[in-house]
Parts: sequence; C-alpha cells; structure tokens
Amino acid sequence: MIAAADVTPTWYLLLAAALFAIGCTGVLVRRNPLVMFMCIELMLNAVNLSFVAFSRTYLDIKGQTTVFFVLVVAAAEVVVGLGIVVAILRRRPSANADDIAELKG
Amino acid sequence: MHLLLSPMQQTDKLISPSVNWGSLTPLLVLLGAGLVLLVGAALSARGWAKGLYATLTAAAAVAAGVLQFVLWNSTVHHGPKSLVGEALVVDGPSLFIGISICAALLLAALVTDDYLRREDIDSPEVYGLYLMAALGGLVMAASNDLIVLFLGLEVLSIALYVLAASHRKRIESQEAGLKYFILGGFSSAFFLYGVALVYGATGTTRLRGPESIKTALALTVETDKHRALLVVGVALLLVGLAFKVAAVPFHSWTPDVYQGAPTPVTGFMASAAKAAAFGALLRSVVLSMPELRDDWRPAIWVLAILTLVIGSTLAVVQTNVKRMLAYSSISHAGFILVGIEAAAHGGESGDRGIASVLFYVLTYAVLVSGTFAVSTLVGRSGDGAHGLDSYRGLGRQRPVLALALAVFLLAQAGVPLTSGFVAKFSVITAAADASSYAIAIIAMLAAVIGAFLYLRIIVSMFLEDGDAEGERVSIPFGTGAAIGISVAFTLVVGFFPGWLLELARDAATRLY
Repeated sequence: MIAAADVTPTWYLLLAAALFAIGCTGVLVRRNPLVMFMCIELMLNAVNLSFVAFSRTYLDIKGQTTVFFVLVVAAAEVVVGLGIVVAILRRRPSANADDIAELKG
Repeated sequence: MHLLLSPMQQTDKLISPSVNWGSLTPLLVLLGAGLVLLVGAALSARGWAKGLYATLTAAAAVAAGVLQFVLWNSTVHHGPKSLVGEALVVDGPSLFIGISICAALLLAALVTDDYLRREDIDSPEVYGLYLMAALGGLVMAASNDLIVLFLGLEVLSIALYVLAASHRKRIESQEAGLKYFILGGFSSAFFLYGVALVYGATGTTRLRGPESIKTALALTVETDKHRALLVVGVALLLVGLAFKVAAVPFHSWTPDVYQGAPTPVTGFMASAAKAAAFGALLRSVVLSMPELRDDWRPAIWVLAILTLVIGSTLAVVQTNVKRMLAYSSISHAGFILVGIEAAAHGGESGDRGIASVLFYVLTYAVLVSGTFAVSTLVGRSGDGAHGLDSYRGLGRQRPVLALALAVFLLAQAGVPLTSGFVAKFSVITAAADASSYAIAIIAMLAAVIGAFLYLRIIVSMFLEDGDAEGERVSIPFGTGAAIGISVAFTLVVGFFPGWLLELARDAATRLY
C-alpha cells in the first residue's frame, strides 16, 4: 500500500535507538529534575518500541506483553520521583539539579 | 511462537503454569509481612506499639531465612528446580544470596527501630519498604527470565529510592533520594534496553533451561547472525548492573547517596542491594551466556580493576566516614568482581569463582551492616556527626563499641582471623586458579591501599583525644544486638571458615 518504501521493523528499531539516545542525552545535559524524569521516561518508551518491533519480527507475543510490565514500572517510578521532587520543593523555591548540592566531597 | 497469527485458537484454552507455592514461601512471607504492616498500620488509629513494626520485620526476615534453609535441604535431596513456568529458580546461588539478603534485612530492622525512635520519626512505611526491597532482591537473585529480573530490580530500587529520602527532617536525605532516583532510573533504562536487544537477538528472555538464551547461544553463536545486536545488548546489561553494584566508572552516585541516606538505610543498601545485584549479574550474564564469554569477560576485567584501584585510592582522601565507607564499598565491589571474573572462566575454576563470590557477598553483607550500625550510633541524634572527628576518643568513651567497630574495620581491611580475610583470600585464590594473575596482584595491592583508610578510623578512635562538646554515644538494645550478632559472625567465620566455605562451594555446584 505504501508507495515510497516498505516500512520494516528495522525502521522502528532505528527510531527507538534515536529516541533512546535523545533521552540519554537529555538526562546528561538538562538540569531540571522534572525534565530529567521525562528523559528517563523517553528512554523507557524507546525500549518499549523496540520490544514491540522485535515482537513483530519474531511474530512472538512475549515482547508485547513485556511492554505492559515496563509501563507499570515506569508509572511506579514516576510516582516516587515526583514525590521526592515535591518533598524537596517544599523546602526550596526552585528545583534545579545544580542547586541541590549539599552532598559533595 | 505463532501466537500473533492464531489468536482465536489460544482463547479457548488457557494453560497456566505450575506455580509450586511451597518453594515460593520465602517471597510470600516477606510480601505478606509487608502488606500486613502497611495495611495494619494505616487502619489502626493510633499506630501500633513502638517496636512492634521492627519485631514483625525481623520475624519475617528470620522466617524467610529459615524457609530458605528448608528449601536448601530439599535442593540437596531433590536437586534444584524452577517455579512459575521457569520464571524463577530455586538453586544453590539463589538460596545463598537470598539468605544473605534476609540476614541484612534482620540487622537493618534491629538498627532502624532505635534510629527512628532517636530521630523521632514514626513510620511503619520504612519497614514496609525494607520488606519490599528484600522481596525484590530475592526475586532478582532467583530470576530465570530477564523480565522477571528487571521487575525484581525495580521493586528493590523503587523501595530504596524512597528509603534514601525517608528522613523528612534532613534535606541531605531528600537530595540523596533524588540523586539515587535519577541515576537509578537512568541505569534501569540501560538495563532494559539491554534486555530488549538480547530478546531481539535470541527471541527469548529466559535465561537457562529449555528454549532459553543459553540454549539459543549454543546454537547461533557459530552462525553469528545477530552477533552485533547480542554483544551490544550484553554490554548494556552490564552497564545497568554495574550501576547497581557501584562499579567504577558507574559509581558516581554512591558517595552522595551513602552519605545523605539515613545511616541504617545506607547499611541496607550496601548489604542487600549489592548482594542482589551481584546475584543478578551472576545469573544473567555469567551463568547464562558462557558461549559469549570472550566478549564480556574483558569488560568485567576492566570494571574489576578500575573499581579496585579507584575505590581504594579515593577512599583514602575522604574526611566523612560515611563517604569513606561508600568508597570502601566500591572497592569491595571490585573484589567481588574479581571473583566474578574468575567465575567467568567456567569449568572447575569457574565454580570456585562462583563459590568465592557467594562467600564474599554473605560475609560482606553482615560486616557492612555491623559497620553502619556503629556509624548510626556515632551519628548521634540528627544523624549528622559522621566526620572523622566524631570518632575521636570513642575508644575511651565507649570502649566496647569502639572495639566492635575496630573488628569490622579490620575485617574489611582483610586482617587474618576475620571473615573479611577469608573472603578476600578465597576471591584472590579463585582468580589465581583461573590464571588471572594480573587481577589477583592488583586486588592484593588494592587491599593494602584500602587498609590505610580503615587504620585511619581506628587511630582516630583509640589514639586521639575526644572532643569535649560531643554528646555521649548511647547504645540501645536493638542496635547493640545487631552489632553483637555481626561481630560474632565475623569472628566465628574468621576462626572457623571451613563450614561456610563448604556451603558456598556446595551452593555453586547446585545450579538449575
């Protein structure tokens, strides 16, 4: 049906790798904890995409069911992360990773 | 394999795997205790009597430990087995590491009770989180599927993020929680990407047994069809696990998190989390991908050497004792990696490597729990007095406590007649047996450099005069009992290591 090119699972794998790299770079260069969380979520969802793509290549349901587990884990992680950020924000006006530097040595 | 093609045929009959509830009891005990604690405490209006939470947690830890001994007995008689459709296994290494985690949980529960009273925090959640973290650790050590391993890892890690941030009055604690959370989530994502790539290369996430990664590798490694995918996947798995065990260069979170987290939680992290992560490393890479060992063994080698050298040298320049102990735990991870490297050789010397890793994990879990128990007491109310000067004159003020800490530190340094010596010795002999002489020599040198740090604390305790303004260190019963148990274990294993070495060797050979 698609005229230009046949979209194979490989395309999705490359897209997933690109998303993972974007997320990874984001965690490393951004300094706002909330944006860092979002980047971690992006990484996890990039992995989900590759699970689904592999699942399609193997015609195997296991990769797709895995995605549900990852989604649940990611949701639990966000709950905890936001809880910690809120706890810190109550004491400080801005949540910036560079300001949160009591611990060093 | 063709489930997507024929969904209709699948709906009429659902085959559920055999669960084997009896072998799941250690996990169920921890889960049950955690739920009872959280629900019970939420429902009772005034909360339970003080100490009841810790008692329940300690009882669950002991019960789970005893049940694992019972399972060990049945493993000896009937051989190792798999549970829940091969998702989990009950075998030597999983039980050995499970018992280490339960020991760490028991000691942590004893110390935390007094700590929470001293800091005037009333929270059953802390114990619930301990139990869940231990549950996650047990699942990691017993998993036979990368997805199950990931779930165990996350249950352990998410509980630990909250525990690290659980001291609501100290901003350092929350900072530690945030840092641990971001770097932990980051590393979990790497681990998960590794799982995805390994799945893509082999078509399965099961580790051992029929239709597993191990059997797939035995078939396809010659064809090299997905070789690149597989190698990148294994590398990402190693990155994720190296973060969790705090191996250099993935260690940067350790000093900050260890320093900021409440001290009993730090002890639990250093013992249980490390034990679980090494169990997972053994199970996921070392035992399941022997065909690929030429690709990942050099990586372990480099990690071990960097961890040993950098952990030991950076420990020396610290002035905060919790940070020192953090770097010392990094260098201990290096020693365990030496054992993993030996285990990677496979065959007879590989078995000896696995045994040395198991032995090290158990003895270190007890040792480090004891060390941080003393550190909890010296931290005094507010949990802030962790500078080296807070230990000054402890030998005169509290001679028994100082003596106990001296035993732990000497054991960590690897002085003979302590468990730490036997552990280091068995790891280094395993490396020498596997002809990894370079790594064995570097491990010995790192032990010498590391000894300087431990002696610095001991000198500060016994040879320097105490500061007059310091509040007198009190020793409550629970923490005292935890320290007593740890000292007794350290010395008994130091004097009579034979039985435990035998047990570890036995565990290493009883693989699923």
